[in-house]
Amino acid sequence: MSTPEPPPRPEPSPAPQGASSAPEDGSPAPEGASPAPEGAAARPARFPRLRGSSELGVCALLLAVGVLVLTDALTMDTVASVRGPVGPRTVPVVVGAALVLVAVLLAVDVLRGGRGEAEGGEDVDLSEPGDWRTVALLAGVFLAFAALVGPLGFPLAGALLFWGSAYALGSRSHALTRDPLIAAGLSVATYAVFHLLLGVHLPGGPLMGVL
Amino acid sequence: MDSLTSLMNGFGTALTPLNLLWAACGVLLGTAIGVLPGIGPAMAVALLLPVTYGLDPTAAFIMFAGIYYGGMFGGSTTSILLNTPGESAAVIAAIEGNPMAKAGRGSQALAAAAVGHFAGGMIGTILLVVLAPTVARLAVDIGAPDYFAVMVLAFIAVTSVLGSSRIRGFASLLIGLTLGLVGLDQMTGQQRLTFGSLQLSDGIDVVLVAVGLFAIGEALWVAAHLRRGSGTALPVGRPWLGRDELRRTWKPWLRGPVIGFPFGAIPAGGAEIPTFLSYITEKRLSKHKEEFGKGAVEGVAGPESAASASAAGTLVSMLTLGLPTTAVAAVMLAAFQQYGIQPGPLLFEREPELVWGLIASLFVGMVMLLVLNLPLAPVWAKLLRIPRPYLYAGILFFAAVGAYAVGGQAIDLVILLIIGLLGLMMRRYGLPVLPAVIGVILGPNAEQQLRRALQISDGSVTGLVNTPFAVTVYAVIALLLLWPWLKRLVPRGRTEHKD
Repeated sequence: MSTPEPPPRPEPSPAPQGASSAPEDGSPAPEGASPAPEGAAARPARFPRLRGSSELGVCALLLAVGVLVLTDALTMDTVASVRGPVGPRTVPVVVGAALVLVAVLLAVDVLRGGRGEAEGGEDVDLSEPGDWRTVALLAGVFLAFAALVGPLGFPLAGALLFWGSAYALGSRSHALTRDPLIAAGLSVATYAVFHLLLGVHLPGGPLMGVL
Repeated sequence: MDSLTSLMNGFGTALTPLNLLWAACGVLLGTAIGVLPGIGPAMAVALLLPVTYGLDPTAAFIMFAGIYYGGMFGGSTTSILLNTPGESAAVIAAIEGNPMAKAGRGSQALAAAAVGHFAGGMIGTILLVVLAPTVARLAVDIGAPDYFAVMVLAFIAVTSVLGSSRIRGFASLLIGLTLGLVGLDQMTGQQRLTFGSLQLSDGIDVVLVAVGLFAIGEALWVAAHLRRGSGTALPVGRPWLGRDELRRTWKPWLRGPVIGFPFGAIPAGGAEIPTFLSYITEKRLSKHKEEFGKGAVEGVAGPESAASASAAGTLVSMLTLGLPTTAVAAVMLAAFQQYGIQPGPLLFEREPELVWGLIASLFVGMVMLLVLNLPLAPVWAKLLRIPRPYLYAGILFFAAVGAYAVGGQAIDLVILLIIGLLGLMMRRYGLPVLPAVIGVILGPNAEQQLRRALQISDGSVTGLVNTPFAVTVYAVIALLLLWPWLKRLVPRGRTEHKD
C-alpha cells in the first residue's frame, strides 16, 4: 500500500448527507438514475502528475492480471479434453483481453484527470489522509492469527486476534483491563457455538485439552 | 389458488418453533446490523455464510431473509437519529428524517419509517406470492441461451447502472470473473489459473471472496479513515404517530411499493433509485411542499416503504431466475450454491418446502420487526454507542472464523486477507465491489450456459439468440449500454425521471 500523501485530497469531504454520488462536472444529471459518462472525469486535478500516479497502479495491476490470464489460457494444453465448439480456453481469453483493454482505458481516463471516488461511509472520514499504518498493523495481526490458530487453538488465537485488532484500531484506555476479557469471552463463546450448535469443529488447542 | 395452498403449507414450515427461532434470530441480528454503522446486510449475510455448513437450508434462508428485511428497518433508525446513512438507499431517510428528529419530532419520523417498512414489505411480499409462481411458470422452459442472456444482463446492469464510472465498474466485474475462473474447468476438468497448486484447483471458495470483499475490505478501509469522535445520536422517545401525521402518511405508504417492487426486481441497483423516485413523487404530490428538506413526514414514509418493497422484488428475480439484483441477493445466491441448490424456475417445483417456507417466514418476520422496532427504537439506538475499535475488531474476528470454518486451513486466511486488501484497493480507487461479487458468483455458471448453448447450436453464434426471450434481454442490454448516448438525444428540461 502507498504511504500517506502530504498534499490535501482533491476530493471534497462529503457533506453530512454523505454518499452523494452525483457527478460534480456541472451536468444536471439526476442522482443515481443515470451513470455519468466516465464518472467524475471532469473534476480538475490539482496535482495531475502526483495524484494520478497511485491510481495508475490499479491500471498496472489490471494489466498484469490480464496478461497472466491470457498467458495461462494460451499455454493451456487442451487437445485431449475439448468437448463441443467452445473449449476451456475461450472464456479466459475473452476475460484476459478485456482486462488488458480496461486497463488501457482506465489509464487513459486517469491521465485525462478522471479519479475514482473513494467510498464514503458512516465511520469514514475522507478529509484526513489515509492511516495506512493501522491497516498494516491489522494485516499483521490477521496473519499472526493465521499462523497461530493451528498451534494455539482457536479460543486463544481468536482472543488475540480480537484484542490485537481493537488495539490497532485505537482502543488504548482499556487495553489491559476490559479488552482482554471481552476478547476471551467472544472467542470462547464463538468456539462453543460453532462446536455445539453448528457442528463445525474449530481446533481447541492445548488450552481446551486442559479443560 | 395454487399459490395460496402452497403459502399455507409454507406457514406450516415457517411456524415450527425452530424456524420461528431462526426468523427471530434473523430479524434481531438484521435490526442490530442495520443500526450499527459500517456493517450492512450484505456483509452480515456474507459473515454468516459458514452457518450453511451446519444448518439446513430452510433455516438458513429464513434467517438470511430476516437479516435482509431487518437491516432495512434498522438502517433508517441510524439515518434519522445520526444523519449518517450507511448505504445509498438510506440517504433519503436522513434528508427528511434527521431534520424531523432535530425539531423534536424524531418519534414520528421513526414511526413513519417503521410502519412504512412494514407496509412496503407486506405489500411487496404479497406481490411476490402472486407473481413469483407465474414468472417461474413462464420461465420454466427457458434454456441455456436465455440463462446466458440473463446473466449477461446482470453483468452489464450492475456495471452500468451503479456507481459513477462505467470503466471502473467493468474493471471490478473482470476482477470477479477472473477470480471465478480459478480452479478446474467444470466441463473438461482442465486446470485454469491454478499454477499447479492443489489448493487453487478447488477454486477460490465463494465464501472467501464474499467475506474478503465485503467484510475485510470494508473493515480495513474504515480503519484507514476512521472518523475520530463520531457523532452522537439524537435522543428520542417512543415512536408514535398522531392523527394528523397518519392522514399524511397512509398514501405514501401505499404508493411506495408501486415504485419499489418493480425496481427491486430488475437489476437497477436495489433500493437506491426507487427511494429517490418515491421521494420526488411524494414531493410533487404533497400539499406541504415547503416542508420538504426541513422534515416532511411523507418524505420518510414513502421512500422507506419503497425500500422494503424493493427487497421483495429482489427476491422475485433471485428465486425465479437466479438473477441477483443487489449485494444481499448475490450473497444469498452464493448460499444457494453452497447447498448445491440452483435458484431458477425449477426451484418452485423442486424445493417447494424451502421456497414457500421462506416466503411465509417473510410475513412472520415482518410482524416481528414491527413489534421489535416500533416500541424499541430508542433501545436499538443505544447500539450506536459501541466503541468503534470493538465493532471493527469484531468484524475482522468473525470474518476470520468464517474463513477458517470453510476448510480449517490457515492458507484460506491468507487468501482472505489478500482478497480483503483487494477490496480495500477497490474502495480507495472507486471500483464498486458489487460487480466483482456478481462476477465471481455468476461467472462460472454463465460460462457453462454459454458453452451448453453453443454445443446445442453446434458452435453457431445464432444459438445464443434463437429465442424471443434472449432477443428481448439483449435488446435491454443494448439500451443500457447505449444509454449515455441516447440520453443526449432526449430533449433537455423536464427529463427528470420520466421513464
